[in-house]
Amino acid sequence: MKRHHLYRFLLAAVLPLAAVAAEPSYTPVTNARLLNPEPQNWLMYRANYSGWGYSPLKQINEHNIGKLKLAWSYSTGMMEGHQAPPIVNNGYMFVTTPNNQVIALAAKTGRELWRYKKTIPDELQQLHPTNRGVALYGDKVYIGTTDAFLVALDAKTGKESWKTPIADWKAGYYTTLAPLAINGKILVGCSGGEYGIRGFVAAFDAETGKEIWRTYTIPAPDQPGGDTWPAGTYEHGGGSVWITGTYDPQTNLTFWGTGNPGPWTPDTRKGDNLYANSMLALNADTGALEGFHQYHWNDGWDWDEVSAPLLIDVERDGKKIKSLVHAGRNGYLWLLERTSSTVNFVDAWPFVKQNVFSSVDKKTGRPSYDPDHIMHIGKAVGFCPSLWGGKDWPPEAYNPITGLFYVPANNNLCAELTNIESKYTKGELYLGVSLENILTNVRMTVESRDHIGEVQAWDLNGRKKVWTHNYPEMNWGPLMTTGGNLVFGGGTNDRLFHAFDASTGKLLWQYPASSGVEGVPSSFAVDGEQYIAVQAGWGVDAQRMQGAFDAVLDHKTIVPQGGSILVFKLDK
Amino acid sequence: MAQKEKDIVVARPSESAGACTAHSCDISRRTFVRAAGSVLIGSSSLLRLSDLHADEGTNAHDQRPTIGDRLVNAATEGAPTPLKVSDIPENSNPIIALPYDTASNTVRDGSRLNKLLLLRLPVESLDAETRARAADGVFAYSATCTHQGCEVSQWLPADQALMCFCHFSKFDVRAAGSVTAGPAPSNLPYLSLRSEGGELVIASAFNTKPGAKRSG
Repeated sequence: MKRHHLYRFLLAAVLPLAAVAAEPSYTPVTNARLLNPEPQNWLMYRANYSGWGYSPLKQINEHNIGKLKLAWSYSTGMMEGHQAPPIVNNGYMFVTTPNNQVIALAAKTGRELWRYKKTIPDELQQLHPTNRGVALYGDKVYIGTTDAFLVALDAKTGKESWKTPIADWKAGYYTTLAPLAINGKILVGCSGGEYGIRGFVAAFDAETGKEIWRTYTIPAPDQPGGDTWPAGTYEHGGGSVWITGTYDPQTNLTFWGTGNPGPWTPDTRKGDNLYANSMLALNADTGALEGFHQYHWNDGWDWDEVSAPLLIDVERDGKKIKSLVHAGRNGYLWLLERTSSTVNFVDAWPFVKQNVFSSVDKKTGRPSYDPDHIMHIGKAVGFCPSLWGGKDWPPEAYNPITGLFYVPANNNLCAELTNIESKYTKGELYLGVSLENILTNVRMTVESRDHIGEVQAWDLNGRKKVWTHNYPEMNWGPLMTTGGNLVFGGGTNDRLFHAFDASTGKLLWQYPASSGVEGVPSSFAVDGEQYIAVQAGWGVDAQRMQGAFDAVLDHKTIVPQGGSILVFKLDK
Repeated sequence: MAQKEKDIVVARPSESAGACTAHSCDISRRTFVRAAGSVLIGSSSLLRLSDLHADEGTNAHDQRPTIGDRLVNAATEGAPTPLKVSDIPENSNPIIALPYDTASNTVRDGSRLNKLLLLRLPVESLDAETRARAADGVFAYSATCTHQGCEVSQWLPADQALMCFCHFSKFDVRAAGSVTAGPAPSNLPYLSLRSEGGELVIASAFNTKPGAKRSG
């Protein structure tokens, strides 16, 4: 080897090592750390097992937020909906993008450490081309994919440790949620309600990828609840699971929300259709169903109740309640009680305009329906809220200092659908509503022409709305709240990422992003400096709702496409 | 409703056989033969990696539409019957068709990317490019959207357009499948047809690869 070649060789060999060496060693994620996450980290989808979306960091606060500036940004090169939170573990950031990619970056600088790209089958159809983030456990990073795999990656290198197929993508199963790590297991669910899947939650061994348990959300005929389905319907009964669950370590119960039953036509599956549109309390070790609450029965409005309930201690009538709180797609805010072995109904009330429920039973929480708003084949039926609900998937947040529960809502919006006959064919759409109907389902009212999107703050103890911020059109912005008395969220078609005073709702700061912001925000600190992070990248249902608005409003709104990670810090 | 339920809806690994139940893992005879030698993934799972990846062109079923192939109606069961020009009514809903290799008596149904949409419109309504690849006004498009690979299943007569159900991209069938609305990044792929004794025959391969072109 000539001398200059040798020099080049040595340089090439040494440089990557030097680059890697610049990063601190990776801190394994233990059970203890997940149970008590350090303030500087955002270790899971909602930062803690209770699902709060809360960072205790307070360096950035309501007094200095005017100085919040972009520290770095990173273009993902992907189109479509960027919904994942930047998840941070002692300086390492992990972000997922549409098309099943994971990017690892130095959280302080945005320098790419590695990038994983799952090979996607040519034949795969992606109805919801998005991903909502990774789970961290040990020295691995976990992603669920739209071709229904659970993949474990080495956190330092991005190399595949294992990948396990969790369902048959050719039958319309796919995964978009962030997995949940509990005590050596990685929990996931599956989407595909529009393809006639049978929903489930399943747990896999974090080290090996071997399946440990699987609990279907739709019971077989010989199981309890199986008699709530007509013969031959449960196998394609939906009840998809596409948002990460929460967890109570005191009782070892994990709580998951389920989607609507399939197809959308209640006439074809008369009965309560358990456990669609429900919250399931599962034993984290075995998957055994210990309790449940069905928010509404025999759904016909596409009101998935997939958002997992938040675990919040609430005081009611002088009594402390370990509660489960859920802002429903059905437009009601639900307050349940959790014990070691049951789930009890406490209270429910509408947080947006809702005309379907005529009453809610005070003991059981079972709603009664106004017959004018029940869907039937061949009949055009109007209902409020729209099929996107009072709150779709974007998560609520809870701040233990203000004691307030924050809801990203869509108010005043109604819809009209006509059910049609449908036939199940493997891997094909199984809806019972025409596509043209979905495109033109939105019905504007005087109120919705005034405003639709809202950020609401609720005092759950007093059942009182403390403040509301209105947006002219939609709100698809997941919320985060911080110890600095702030609430962050995007979600509007003007590309703005907003920050509010968590106590008063005053809009304090906003940033015009490169695309609409429907990502889950997170906060972290490196070297004692606090950062706010979020992904911009408009797509999926926010874009669909925009299409539906464009069809009925006298103006059209262009929201630019393309994903980027945005990270902010205080200007010094 | 809020109540306690125990030991229900829990499919033990031995009962559920992992992700692949009788109803949801419809492995065809062809796939089974291909998968027979593959590695079992996890002791409680019957899904095999090889089942879950498309493998274009490994046999006649999977092979993309080929010059000389006839076409059959995808919805018709029984012995394959080649479609004729006269089977495609003018101005009607599209017919979903599959390529059919008469030599080996094989319908190329091994890949959903082989699905074609057949339409027939008055020749004078077609632009020059579309007219050139039509057989007596019958023309064929890929049934798979170029955006995210969903089925282009909706016919919009008023727009003379095909629409994808996932994200509502529209393609003008009179103008070589050009995108007129929605997020699709490129035209709907097409192939040329000719008529042989009234029978429809594929005269060219797809002009571009069918399915989504995924960035990254």
